[in-house]
Amino acid sequence: MSAAAKLPRWAEFGLLPLINLAVALALSGAIVRLLGENPWTALKLMSAGSLGSQEGIGYTLYYATNFIFTGLAVAVAYHAGLFNIGAEGQAYVGGLGVGLVALWLGGSHPLVVLPLSILAGAVFGAAWAFLPAWLQARRGSHIVITTIMFNFIASALMTYLLVNVLIKPGQQSPESREFGPGAIMPAASDLLGRLGITFAASPLNLAFFLALVAAAGVWVFIWQTRWGYALRVAGENAAAAVYAGIAPSRIMIGSMLLSGALAGCLGLNELLGSQHRILIDFPGGAGFVGIAVALMGRNHPVGIVIASVLFGALYQGGSQLSFDLPKINRDMVVVIQGLVILLCGAMENLFRAPLASWLLRFQRPEPTP
Amino acid sequence: MSGDAGNAAGPVLALELRGIDKRFGTVHANRAISLSVARGSVHGLVGENGAGKSTLMNIVYGFHSADAGEILVNGRPVAIHAPHDAIAAGIGMVHQHFMLVENFTVLENVVLGVEGGQLLAGGLARARGELEKLARDYGLDVPLDEPVADLAVGLQQRVEILKALYRRAEILILDEPTAVLTPQEADALFSMLRRLRDEGKSVILVTHKLREIMAITDRVTVMRQGAVVGEVATRATSPRELAEKMVGRAVLLSVEPTPAHPGETLLSVRDLEVRDRLGVARVKGVSFDLRAGEIVGIAGVSGNGQSELLETLAGIRQPVHGTITMQGRDLVAEKSDPGERRKLGLAHVPEDRLRMGVVASFSAAANAILGYHNRPAYSRGPLLRTAAINEECAKKMEVHDVRPPIPGLRITAFSGGNQQKLVLAREIDCDPRVLLVGQPTRGVDIGAIEFIHRRLVALRDAGKALLVVSVELDEIIGLADRILVMNGGEIVGEVARVDATEEKIGLMMAGVKGEGHT
Repeated sequence: MSAAAKLPRWAEFGLLPLINLAVALALSGAIVRLLGENPWTALKLMSAGSLGSQEGIGYTLYYATNFIFTGLAVAVAYHAGLFNIGAEGQAYVGGLGVGLVALWLGGSHPLVVLPLSILAGAVFGAAWAFLPAWLQARRGSHIVITTIMFNFIASALMTYLLVNVLIKPGQQSPESREFGPGAIMPAASDLLGRLGITFAASPLNLAFFLALVAAAGVWVFIWQTRWGYALRVAGENAAAAVYAGIAPSRIMIGSMLLSGALAGCLGLNELLGSQHRILIDFPGGAGFVGIAVALMGRNHPVGIVIASVLFGALYQGGSQLSFDLPKINRDMVVVIQGLVILLCGAMENLFRAPLASWLLRFQRPEPTP
Repeated sequence: MSGDAGNAAGPVLALELRGIDKRFGTVHANRAISLSVARGSVHGLVGENGAGKSTLMNIVYGFHSADAGEILVNGRPVAIHAPHDAIAAGIGMVHQHFMLVENFTVLENVVLGVEGGQLLAGGLARARGELEKLARDYGLDVPLDEPVADLAVGLQQRVEILKALYRRAEILILDEPTAVLTPQEADALFSMLRRLRDEGKSVILVTHKLREIMAITDRVTVMRQGAVVGEVATRATSPRELAEKMVGRAVLLSVEPTPAHPGETLLSVRDLEVRDRLGVARVKGVSFDLRAGEIVGIAGVSGNGQSELLETLAGIRQPVHGTITMQGRDLVAEKSDPGERRKLGLAHVPEDRLRMGVVASFSAAANAILGYHNRPAYSRGPLLRTAAINEECAKKMEVHDVRPPIPGLRITAFSGGNQQKLVLAREIDCDPRVLLVGQPTRGVDIGAIEFIHRRLVALRDAGKALLVVSVELDEIIGLADRILVMNGGEIVGEVARVDATEEKIGLMMAGVKGEGHT
């Protein structure tokens, strides 16, 4: 049959992703072996580097924060039947909003600056998603194409602004001046320290918590509100949406605004939490990793958080690996990440049919009437 | 073909299936099926949706391969792994949805795949000669050089039959062949099939219409839940007996409604014209009234504007001109969407359930609020009242006999009949004044048909106005108090139930105008 083989839930959400991950790691191991390093050593280094120390965990979750925001952005659009490839650009422009508030109000109290910068990030991100959404809804321009193009436009726009407008006078690199003290996302080590828990210093900051709140919010929105219901109806079956009196074009625009807003929050982590200034290409591909994260997490917030932590660990463990093993450089780490994306995202159904028929053998045959 | 008529007893078998068994995952689609089709006979295969008829025929034609069992053609076992094996064995199939290239001519379609060489000209000339002979032999006249798209549906079906015969089919499988035909076209098809049978071909007719089985077949095999539950000579059985075998219990084939007592006009349509995206008029100058306490049926061959009319009334399409009046308001001028019309009391059961009426990946409960999710019964502020939604769905399932009564189950896990009962329940339970129903029993099993018809008549008796569109003429005649016949987007006639005969309506469906004569 042509339809995808049905799996029980535990296999669908647990076993299958694990198999895909294991195969991706096995392939990566084979490549590491070819390069003349011991795969076991590499695996140990990677896991120790990403999860073996407080600092490693801090970095892993810090990276994961970016991926949660962009992964949620991709997932919200996906539930409305739209493939938002533009999270990268929306995060970039959203970061501009975050950064402008931080530059402008950096001297004020954090309780003033932080809410305003969250708002600005969301509004700027949403604004950047609006035009592709409008073009799709009213003019039928395919959103995959327009969002990809808007990534380039965002990149060009930001380069222009950083080189010509926002650059700190008398400086060579295209970066803004540093934010004021009020525009700093509190670090996790500080927050935990106040609770009497010592945690090693790392870029992990309050934005991780905000990302988890956003994940919970997305879950409530998609599955518990009537707007989320309308969004899912329009995403699954546009004809049924029209029949039900739901206007698909309104859903398209609304869901893309929300998607862009979520992506726009990446700046909270990256700029307010870590860099403390606006700089060139700060999303660093997180918008694209968000696609992989959403795919791997089955567009469910819980899955997205788990997949984001996994990718965070790959990022952190990967950089550790390139430090410690001379034959493995940064590009090799990208290859490993690529394999994980390939097997967990693009080819996630590779082992579905064999797994389904294998599981079937353990099922009792139905009684004949 | 040389008949190795060695068997002393019984007729020569063109096709024999022995112990065909097929599973799809946990679904046991065919259970040890044995079936024999005599040469020079028309063999009927009936069963409800999901009984395994199509699976069986797809195995014979090589789309699926059986897990176990044998296929014998003319007494010799053949291995059929793909359609070309079946064709080589002399088996041809006419699918419900035609497999034709619309912008090719009839001739080009027929030779498609058997062009016989790198250059077309030779093959086409040979095919032309042969097709002319086939046309003479079997009365299968088709304009060979017309593009298929320009042909009527009945002629397109003829092309499919010619394709099979041109490939030297001795056994012809027809899957629900009359679904798209007028009664007259169906009669022409049947006389063609009789002629093929008399020439020694064997025909397998897959259908759920018992009338056709009785009209044309010699023997009939009944399937239920993947197994053969009976095989009889058609002469020795009756529609009632076949229906009981199909369903596994006694069924009523038609409800006999009491006369209607129409009251005030609830919906009034005047001079409605609807165009499709290409600007072609699909509904032309349609006017009628719908009154409380009556069922108006719209008959017509599929594609004559009924779907567009229904969707326009429901608010899914906007007409070019005309009025739709309900409660003194002109819905066309208001440009109200389906949601606003629902609030006015205009409910709609769409023709194509899976395309429009339900969201396939949602649970039954989530589908049971489609179109009504903003009502206070189902939501408080922005939040959905999940518990209330499930409770309400469970109640609907009990009242409307939806099985299994599990609100959390995916809608596609239900049979077509149970899906339809749930959709109907959803639209009825919000107490509409006017109910539009498209194809009330499409893809619905016989047992559920009876239930759905009773519901519709009960609604009528409760003073609702119902508009029923169906391509099943039996259904329209059995259900409607007045019948409007559509052809080419226009209403070409109106017949009261007492005057309704299949011949009269069939002629109108074919475009012969005529107000009902007594």
